[in-house]
Amino acid sequence: MQSEKQTNSLSKFLSSLKQFIEWIDPILVPLLAILTSMIVGGIIIKSVGGDPILAYKGLLEGSFGSAELGPVKSQRAISETAVWATPYIFAGLAVALAFKGGLFNIGAEGQLALGAVFSSLIGYALPGWLGVDLPTIIHLPLAILGGLVMGGIWAGIVGALKAYTGGHEVINTIMMNYIALNSTSFLLNGVMKDPSPTNVIARTPLVAESARFAPIFEGLRVHWGFVLALFTAVFIWWLLNKTTLGFEVRTVGANPDAAHYAGVNVKRTIFLTMFISGALAGMAGAIEVTGLNYRHELGFSQGYGFDAIAIALLGKSHPIGVVLASILFAAMRNGATRMQFLTQMPVDLISMIQAFILLFVAADAIVRFIFRIKSKGERVVLTRGWGG
Amino acid sequence: MTDTPAIILEAKGITKKFPGVLANDNVDFDLHKGEIHALLGENGAGKSTLMNVLYGLYKPESGTVTVDGNPMTLNSSRDAIKHGIGMVHQHFMLIPVFTVTENIMLGAETDHRAAPNEMPLVRLDRAEVAQKVRDLSHQYGLEVDPEAVVGDLPVGVQQRVEIVKALYRKANILILDEPTAVLTPQEADDLFRIMHELTAKGVSIVFITHKLKEVLKVADRITVMRAGQVVGSANPKESNEQKLASMMVGREVILTVQKKPAEPKEDVLVVNDLRVKDVRGLEAVRGVSFTVRAGEVLGLAGVQGNGQTELAEALSGLRASESGHFSISGNDLTGKPPRQFTKAGLANIPEDRQRHGLVLGYTIADNMALCDYYHMPFSNGIVIQQKQVDSNARKLIEDYDVRTPSPYIAAGKLSGGNQQKVIVARELSRPVKLVLASQPTRGLDVGSIEYIHKQIIAMRDRGVAVLLVSAELDEILSLSDRIAVMYRGEIVATVDRKDASREQLGLLMAGVHEPA
Repeated sequence: MQSEKQTNSLSKFLSSLKQFIEWIDPILVPLLAILTSMIVGGIIIKSVGGDPILAYKGLLEGSFGSAELGPVKSQRAISETAVWATPYIFAGLAVALAFKGGLFNIGAEGQLALGAVFSSLIGYALPGWLGVDLPTIIHLPLAILGGLVMGGIWAGIVGALKAYTGGHEVINTIMMNYIALNSTSFLLNGVMKDPSPTNVIARTPLVAESARFAPIFEGLRVHWGFVLALFTAVFIWWLLNKTTLGFEVRTVGANPDAAHYAGVNVKRTIFLTMFISGALAGMAGAIEVTGLNYRHELGFSQGYGFDAIAIALLGKSHPIGVVLASILFAAMRNGATRMQFLTQMPVDLISMIQAFILLFVAADAIVRFIFRIKSKGERVVLTRGWGG
Repeated sequence: MTDTPAIILEAKGITKKFPGVLANDNVDFDLHKGEIHALLGENGAGKSTLMNVLYGLYKPESGTVTVDGNPMTLNSSRDAIKHGIGMVHQHFMLIPVFTVTENIMLGAETDHRAAPNEMPLVRLDRAEVAQKVRDLSHQYGLEVDPEAVVGDLPVGVQQRVEIVKALYRKANILILDEPTAVLTPQEADDLFRIMHELTAKGVSIVFITHKLKEVLKVADRITVMRAGQVVGSANPKESNEQKLASMMVGREVILTVQKKPAEPKEDVLVVNDLRVKDVRGLEAVRGVSFTVRAGEVLGLAGVQGNGQTELAEALSGLRASESGHFSISGNDLTGKPPRQFTKAGLANIPEDRQRHGLVLGYTIADNMALCDYYHMPFSNGIVIQQKQVDSNARKLIEDYDVRTPSPYIAAGKLSGGNQQKVIVARELSRPVKLVLASQPTRGLDVGSIEYIHKQIIAMRDRGVAVLLVSAELDEILSLSDRIAVMYRGEIVATVDRKDASREQLGLLMAGVHEPA
């Protein structure tokens, strides 16, 4: 009797464990991928004579602070993580939304750069053109909108090429990156170069006070753009899952033939998906200008647009997943300096760990094998093949 | 066949469980040397599970398998191949851009190493394999060109390549999983001839199917499965379709559709000199004109590939037409996008249900709102009203007898019959003037076929016009009030059902038609 009871409660425990695993399943692989990458990173640190525990402690302190670090430095650490996370969230959402629509937007970096350029232009030049000082309530939204529309148009061109000529978006976004990044360099060294006599850097003039986000806390760099990024993530989730447009985007992504059959205008939807994706990337640039740097400078983007691809993959293209993945990447980037200070491990180690995370997420069979998780259902297909 | 036939393959007490399902429940099965043993059963009856056990793809919980009296342990298909078992899957395992020879050598490349310690590089000896393929096709009457690229071959020939592939691997037991599902009647007849030729040469065949006519035609022995169990066996000489169907489904099945005479009214679909090109840019529909009236079923018969697919796609807006016109209830829809067709009252049951009809990753509920998501009650134009989508799905699941535990299951997880029911439910629940049903029962089980046929006739009796496109002559004959025969992109004849005979239609479909 006793043993029967025991097996009973054991099987109950097992089934509730199973339920828990099923519930957690969508984020299980990303979480285990992160864990595995940290372990691999730890082995690498150890193998070059470092102290993995101390290194990760430094990483954590540098990104989220600690009691040891004291309140001032801790606050600054968290603030800087949020600053890093802001463009990651926008750009990550850009790539994730395109994934949902069956499209691969490799061009977030270019869209982001052009978004930043146009946002700066509106930020510093518009009052002069109009001959009036604009209030913040008008000027700031216009500056953001400029970046948003520019990014949207840049990606929209690729979307239109895909929809109406069949040109593959991977090739075209890569090519458009070159055009965007070199045009940015051309503009920042030429007509848009900061004319102040001491300036030798390829950068725009500072944007007007009226085109700037206020800092949230005095003395910390974290700005309202971060809050806007969180709202945007919720908005994109709502757009994808609750609206007819989102239904169209997802249907075209999942099965364009069925979408056509169902009366969805597939070409228009492909264009719109790319436009919105580019607009989000453009917004990443615009927010960096209006919230953080108050100008655009060559080299301001630390490859946000490319990291965004990894972030979208790690976040499983889910807006909330993108936010979490962005914060993780931001924390690692931000904490790397403290890690280097404590253990003399180069910050490049972080890029390695991030690459491992991406590898383990993309090749989830490895993680499933290591942790003996059974794969269930069909695998998520993020994009269709080269043939389109 | 001799009186005491040698048993070449025997499975005893096979039990295979999947989470929540007992797919095989203590199943016994044996195969005599040189016979065609038909395994009959509805979708989900456990036929494919049993065969996958025999082929080493699934490991059963209990049971034994013996080949030629030797027990065998099946851990992978390699073991099965070693024991001379070959399988031709319903969906071919061929690489379209490879030639026939390359496909056949794939995985069985000849090892040309002179010594075992040499570099394990395998030289591909195409000529040698091609010669073997020629020998095999000659020996068994399976004509295939070893140099042809598989993607260019018709489906029937691709299937032959699969059979040659199995024979090349020295299979003397062949498992054919629903081999006729993808074939035209002519191709099926060809396959049956090949099957007899193979058995005459000592190959034993397990023939998995749910098509009753075929079983009676080719099988030496019939075993019927239902819900994971063997429910009986039959001798094709003493059985008939009715008996087999009842055994399969477990209740009396009405095979002939009961219907009243049609009461045709006004013209609904009017097609005038329509021309349509196929994917390759060749003219597939060449000046077709016809009318479908309210309250009648027009059956469009023809061998697959004579332009019916293109015609149906054009008439539902999925494919552009080159010239000519057509209208539904007076609305000229030539060149209009698919949504205009839906608005004009078209219910479209597409030929390829997984490609056009469903988004397999979506829930049943979302699939049931696939064409109507954009308007009331499913949305206000911007935001989708999920509650309405869900309650609509619950109602349709009930009304159309879709077998599913919940409306939130992905459509891809349903059986073919239930997938088709989801489409039928969605399309017929709209206000409809014309039903365009393309191959509506292809690959479905008897129960589902019966159900969908009833629905089509019910629509007709409600005064809806029905255009039925089907390669199954039986389906055309049992549902249609008038029959149009398509041959090489043209309608060569339109006859009243009561004047039509199977022989006459067969000749028309083959392009033979007597001058008037």
